Amino acid sequence: MAQVLMKDLNKKYDEVHAVKDVNLHIRDKEFIVLVGPSGCGKSTTLRMVAGLEEITSGEISIGDRIVNDLPPKDRDIAMVFQNYALYPHMTVYDNMAFGLKMRKFPKPEIQKRVQDAAEILGIQELLKRKPRQLSGGQRQRVAVGRAIVRHPQVFLFDEPLSNLDAKLRVQMRVELKRLHDRLETTAIYVTHDQVEAMTLGDRVVVMRDGWIQQVGEPLELYSKPANKFVAGFIGSPAMNFADVTIADANGVVWAETPGLKVRVPPACLERLRPYKGQHITLGIRPEDLHLAGGADPSEYTFDSTVEVVEPLGSEILLDIKTGPNMMVARVDPTVRVKVHESIRLALNPERLHFFDMKTEAAI
Amino acid sequence: MVIERRWKKWVFFYIPLTLFIIGTLFPFYWMFITSIRPDAELYRSWRAVNNAPFWTLHPTLDHFQDLMAKTTFPTWLWNTFFIAVASTLISLFCGLLAGYALARLRFPLAGTLGTSIFVTYLVPPTLLFIPLADIIRNFQLGNTPWALILTYPTFLVPFCTWLLMGYFKTIPRELEECARIDGASRFGAMVRIIFPIAVPGILSAGIFAFTLSWNEFIYALVFLSSPERKTVPVGVVSELIRGDIYFWGQLMAGALLGSVPVALVYSFFVEYYVTGLTGSVKG
Repeated sequence: MAQVLMKDLNKKYDEVHAVKDVNLHIRDKEFIVLVGPSGCGKSTTLRMVAGLEEITSGEISIGDRIVNDLPPKDRDIAMVFQNYALYPHMTVYDNMAFGLKMRKFPKPEIQKRVQDAAEILGIQELLKRKPRQLSGGQRQRVAVGRAIVRHPQVFLFDEPLSNLDAKLRVQMRVELKRLHDRLETTAIYVTHDQVEAMTLGDRVVVMRDGWIQQVGEPLELYSKPANKFVAGFIGSPAMNFADVTIADANGVVWAETPGLKVRVPPACLERLRPYKGQHITLGIRPEDLHLAGGADPSEYTFDSTVEVVEPLGSEILLDIKTGPNMMVARVDPTVRVKVHESIRLALNPERLHFFDMKTEAAI
Repeated sequence: MVIERRWKKWVFFYIPLTLFIIGTLFPFYWMFITSIRPDAELYRSWRAVNNAPFWTLHPTLDHFQDLMAKTTFPTWLWNTFFIAVASTLISLFCGLLAGYALARLRFPLAGTLGTSIFVTYLVPPTLLFIPLADIIRNFQLGNTPWALILTYPTFLVPFCTWLLMGYFKTIPRELEECARIDGASRFGAMVRIIFPIAVPGILSAGIFAFTLSWNEFIYALVFLSSPERKTVPVGVVSELIRGDIYFWGQLMAGALLGSVPVALVYSFFVEYYVTGLTGSVKG
């Protein structure tokens, strides 16, 4: 059990600056998820913690030790890889026992630990098989088992569920979460799937182009994204964006774009004051739009045309067009609308997001 | 439809295959039949009555006996075996380490080094033996097995390195990364994880190296002079062709016995050998 500390971490390959000034404090027993599009530096960061990539500059410590110059075997970590990386010439038992054998554990202890791990993961029956005789899900379990027998200080996961089919992925996701609750070991988990990130992480780190964009608890990222990138990356369907102008008319401040005119809620007035007369980006999550009823004040409603209807059962996604802007609204499944129909939508004024056009930072 | 297909199968598959098999195996058959044919049949006129060039009615082992008794063939066999095994082991050892380094380690000029190793393989031995002869003379290794054991690696090491480098590249990098996290050093991961997985590749490199050194002719001809030091390919040719007389029976008996070990080695490892050349790990 240990905390992991990254200070001003940088990684440069010949021409690529893959990781830029990453500072991160991962607390003891925390499950932290690094998420971002491919090439954002999340895997490189993880591999630096593992010791598989050299650190260009900065410092990583695990527990109280600075590990910059320690080889991977001395860092007391375990890693699960995307392609499982099971040793093909060894049985499942030997795969799981390998790390303990290398560390010269006594045989009875090895046996006990492997049995325990196999029991936790439900793979006792498979111990004598070779990896090629296993299904994808079973291999995944063995890979996890190989990591947990070691009782390491930190677990590292590099997109461990990406090679599984959708159904199995959801199942393994739940199991990983349960496993973490049970083992209480610090874990760093890399994924490009924001749903995985949100469901697994105690905290989530969103990365892009080597920079950390935001660190926070899943719901915090969702409700208070630090910038337009995080706002668009977290959440599915993604947040709707529209470029609006902030205009003052008779003491009332409006955010305007063709087809859409929304009154700026009083709570946001102070923050938006410097932007009067300028363009900014307005963000609305799909679920913050609903069909307007009589109770909705007119300054928070607008007209739009339905382009596509996606009935998902538990909800309906409406792809709508308002002025030049395309948006998605997530509405109640009881709503009956047809394609090309004109509808009036209302938005939730407390849940509007505003972003600076240049810096893309949240206002 | 069915009939047409069967017709096509014969024309495009069975007949060409039969011709190919005959073309490949006939020389071996000829070698065999010559080695057991009595001298009287071997040296009679082609137009003689009862001449049956493709079989014999009086098989004999005389040539084999002569070969064993009147020449130093058993010594040649042993020389060839010793030299081939020793040079194969040396080359495999170097090739394994070099191939691994070129496939996995990042170091300056790795690419250039890889290419230049390959280029050395392309230098024809018929040119290389001249400078090598000078070196062998300076080290006073002439007419000893070491002359060959140390010169064969000049073409075997590049060969093994390239074959193994290609094979190592097909093994997922994560396997050894995982081993290194599990507690192995880089060298330990190489020996415990990569080498066992690469066994097919290592075997095919070994078989190839063994065959190449077993059959090698030029260096063996140049660097060895006394009859009892010679290898099979050189010994058979130089001792069994005297002047313009070809001792066909013994020549073929020697060739036959000389090719048996190679054939044995191949047949034992043929499965590994094929996977070794076509790629490696699943899962």
